[in-house]
Amino acid sequence: MEFDTIAAISTPMGEGAIGIVRISGDQALDIADQIYVGRHSLKEVSSHTIHYGHIKDLDNDEVVDEVMVTVLHAPKTFTRETIVEINCHGGIVPLNRVLQLSLRYGARIAEPGEFTKRAFMNGRIDLSQAEGVMDLIRAKTDRAMNVAMSQVKGRLKTKIESLRQALLETVAHVEVNIDYPEYDAEEMTSDILRERASYVEKEIEKLLRMSQQGKILREGLSTVIIGRPNVGKSSLLNSLVNEKKAIVTDVPGTTRDVIEEYVNIRGVPLRLLDTAGIRETEDVVEKIGVERSREVVKEAELVLLVLNHHEPLTEEDEQLFSISEHRDRIVIMNKTDQDQKIDMDAVYEKAGSSPVISTSLIEDKGIEQLEEAIANLFFTGELEAEDFTYVSNSRHIALLHQAKDTVAQATTALDEGLPLDMVQIDVTRTWELLGEIIGDSVNESLIDQLFSQFCLGK
Amino acid sequence: MRYQGGEYDVIVIGAGHAGVEAGLAAARMGSKTLILTLNLDAVAYMPCNPSVGGPAKGIVVREIDALGGEMGRNIDKTHIQMRMLNTGKGPAVRALRAQADKFMYQHEMKKTLEDEPNIQLHQGMVERLIVENGICHGVVTQAGAEFKAKSVVITTGTYLRGKVILGDLSYESGPNNSKPSVNLAYHLKELGFDMVRFKTGTPPRVNSRSIDYDKTEKQPGDEEPRAFSYTTTKYITDQLPCWLTYTNEQTHEIINNNLTRSPMYSGMIEGTGPRYCPSIEDKIVRFNDKPRHQIFLEPEGRHTSEVYVQGLSTSLPEDTQEEMLRTVPGLENARMMRSGYAIEYDSIVPTQLWPTLETKRIENLFTAGQINGTSGYEEAAGQGIMAGINAARKVQGQEPVILDRSQAYIGVLIDDLITKGTNEPYRLLTSRAEYRLLLRHDNADLRLTELGHEIGLIDDDRKKQFDEKNAAISSEIKRLSKQIIKPGEEVQTMLENVGSSSLNDAVSASVLLKRPEVSYNDIETLTTAPEPLSEEVKEQVEIQIKYEGYIAKQLEQVDKLKKMENKKIPENLDYDAINGLAIEAKQKLSEVRPLSVAQASRVSGVNPSDISILLVYLEQGRLQRVDENASSQAIGDRE
Repeated sequence: MEFDTIAAISTPMGEGAIGIVRISGDQALDIADQIYVGRHSLKEVSSHTIHYGHIKDLDNDEVVDEVMVTVLHAPKTFTRETIVEINCHGGIVPLNRVLQLSLRYGARIAEPGEFTKRAFMNGRIDLSQAEGVMDLIRAKTDRAMNVAMSQVKGRLKTKIESLRQALLETVAHVEVNIDYPEYDAEEMTSDILRERASYVEKEIEKLLRMSQQGKILREGLSTVIIGRPNVGKSSLLNSLVNEKKAIVTDVPGTTRDVIEEYVNIRGVPLRLLDTAGIRETEDVVEKIGVERSREVVKEAELVLLVLNHHEPLTEEDEQLFSISEHRDRIVIMNKTDQDQKIDMDAVYEKAGSSPVISTSLIEDKGIEQLEEAIANLFFTGELEAEDFTYVSNSRHIALLHQAKDTVAQATTALDEGLPLDMVQIDVTRTWELLGEIIGDSVNESLIDQLFSQFCLGK
Repeated sequence: MRYQGGEYDVIVIGAGHAGVEAGLAAARMGSKTLILTLNLDAVAYMPCNPSVGGPAKGIVVREIDALGGEMGRNIDKTHIQMRMLNTGKGPAVRALRAQADKFMYQHEMKKTLEDEPNIQLHQGMVERLIVENGICHGVVTQAGAEFKAKSVVITTGTYLRGKVILGDLSYESGPNNSKPSVNLAYHLKELGFDMVRFKTGTPPRVNSRSIDYDKTEKQPGDEEPRAFSYTTTKYITDQLPCWLTYTNEQTHEIINNNLTRSPMYSGMIEGTGPRYCPSIEDKIVRFNDKPRHQIFLEPEGRHTSEVYVQGLSTSLPEDTQEEMLRTVPGLENARMMRSGYAIEYDSIVPTQLWPTLETKRIENLFTAGQINGTSGYEEAAGQGIMAGINAARKVQGQEPVILDRSQAYIGVLIDDLITKGTNEPYRLLTSRAEYRLLLRHDNADLRLTELGHEIGLIDDDRKKQFDEKNAAISSEIKRLSKQIIKPGEEVQTMLENVGSSSLNDAVSASVLLKRPEVSYNDIETLTTAPEPLSEEVKEQVEIQIKYEGYIAKQLEQVDKLKKMENKKIPENLDYDAINGLAIEAKQKLSEVRPLSVAQASRVSGVNPSDISILLVYLEQGRLQRVDENASSQAIGDRE
């Protein structure tokens, strides 16, 4: 239990300037070093030093965050084990991604109160505090249980249960062939097993992809409205924010000069960035213009580029097209109530694959179409609106990754021609891992399945 | 009238499959041992199927043999056929099964007991234990004999308050109309043991001469000679076949029409029956879409015409049994010699035992076999040998011997029983073992023979042979890892012959052996060991190299487990005093009283957070002791 390496987000949840992912245990340096890119390998640096670098997802070579990493060798640490603390930018998204990466490379997510428990077990905390440690574990566990329970329900639970059932039936079938070799059940073949394994693998992948959507659902899809002065950015903002669409919150930016507003568009939560910028600059002379837009676009997952139907394309418009080129983008052709002076062919050409929506915000026209376009953009691909099973908890995501790897190993083993009863070890492990997500890993259910699926006996 | 029967180190009550192993183990370890049985003609009796072994169970028999027990040797001398099962699957699930000559099996085992110098075999029914201050000192028989002993092992099987049920007929009885042990059951209850009522059943037997075998399929034994025991050198070649036939819709109709007469459905049976051993009426009710069920016809011995009708276990009335037998192809004119029946009996709740099989309630009292809630001869024998070993070691003041889950199926069995309990007669299944790749048929000796030698059940000669085998395996594995095989005509021809792809670069022989199509014998055509190797050694070399990856993976898990097994918990820890433990965890842990943190984590209803709290609490206790020592020393200093 306390012999493996654990990781957790060690700063309070919520928006802060920075947040820390802490990794503790024998493998802490190995794990951190695999996801860290900096001047030196973390394994080479001295203890109690801090290092600038980046956390990278090696799967897609994507930089996850710019970080400062503290290296603390055992035993002079809180837990008396080797600790690596990764200082990330605040906000749940980078923290979660860094945590998940460390889990994928071999850390286990810390149980509630586990760092403190280790500190105690390793003699860091004195005896009088033992009671406190136990209370802490209890309290944190109860809270974590409540949270965990509320997270895994509904469709996700049903989905995982159905995957487990598919695995369990497969395993029971392999088992019945083993324990009752003369029983007249059809032999499980490697083809059937392979088919089941790859089905489960695909479904887990889907869940993992949806976990990205889950992140967006909780966080909101970061969205920015850009456009020249007086094209109607403010009106667009008001149209989106006003009326029935509930404003979730109005968070004053404490660390950044950005004010965010949350709206819900047909089930897609948008986090509108730099709304203050829009409001302030609309009426007064806009000085910052394209430069400012370039900055906000960097943070955005969705760009709403507003153009004026009544004026020809300007150089500034073209710059805005180019800075938003690699983002999900919707082009809004506003002021269609006035004469067309813009070259529509040029607009379509520059828009490329981005949808172009005509609106007259003054007359309240085209909003429907815009909302539809936003929803379409979000719900494309394999995700269907009604299939809203998503995973948001880091622990669950880590377990899904492990389950995916394990079931993939089963397929590899099948390809290598290993006997089914060995491949079954991986299949069973997958079943257990999925069980941990929904809090059910009791082995007895295999035996129950065996005797309910097959008629056995002497 | 009471009289003094004598003093012993160990007394074993019962001479079934658990009792004989317990008695032999204790005696061979040097304990003066008394085995008491209701009926000396029922030593090692098989009241149900005439067979030993099968998946998981067969591996238990190998384990018993590797530890120095008797079951394997005895069946090797008395079987009518043997088959290796699951040969088409991986090595972890291969299992040997023998059809027994059940009469020969008994005679041979009885003679072994009689020949054992430290064993006194005596017919008598134990009615009471002699218990003073929570310690067991002996037993009292129906005839009034008081036998004193330092340890007592109870192995009462299905005799304990046994009751036979057949249709609407029921009467107090042990298996096969033997005498039940009734007073001892009440006495155990008086002593405060929690008891449960379990049920099992057996099918009818028919006369072989009345069977039309032409309508059935022949099931012969393996041609290759097989043996359970590592010591067996003489093989039985003259084997008898079994026969396969099926029930049909007619059979099912008769059963359905008579369900109301079945005690299972009339509510007459209160005991819980095992799911894996359902009666035919159970099968038909629960799986009513299955058009037929298998029936194996198994001879009960060489010198009898009685045939066991496997698959037709039932407690339907006798006339219904006759009627349904006649519907089965080959049995149209079958003459039933004994009818099937259900039997109910008392067991103790096994969470009342320590991992040594000693009861927590009464010191020096051990229980093994069906009384602990299991089913099956092999499960009984596996517990028997462990109870015998620990009873003898207790007498000799030595540390107990506990097999863990990664060491033996016997370890899995006992740990499951004492940690989780069971709500039906417990049968071993390969799926109950987490590390079954380590718990193989082929490596039972590698796992246990050294231990057997250490405790005095394996003699030096056998140990020497074992060491030689072990050394041969290691050196051959090492040799193959260094032997480089270069692409050449010889290799490519071999690979082509076995259907494997051709070799491009030079590799070690062990890498080549890892290919699924390549066997050790194929490698042997390319490179031979300096000394000729036995088939057993070759098999080990092949398995250990071929499945190295998976084996390593399981060993890694075992290592993690071992760390938790090494965190010991005091026997009498007061769980109620631990703040923060969930109420359910407190209750369950107080009941099971696990001896290690690993065992605690296997108790149902105990969560990881409870384990964390337990660890902190144990650490606190350890620190406190250190503190106390330090402060008493400080006081000493002042003085």
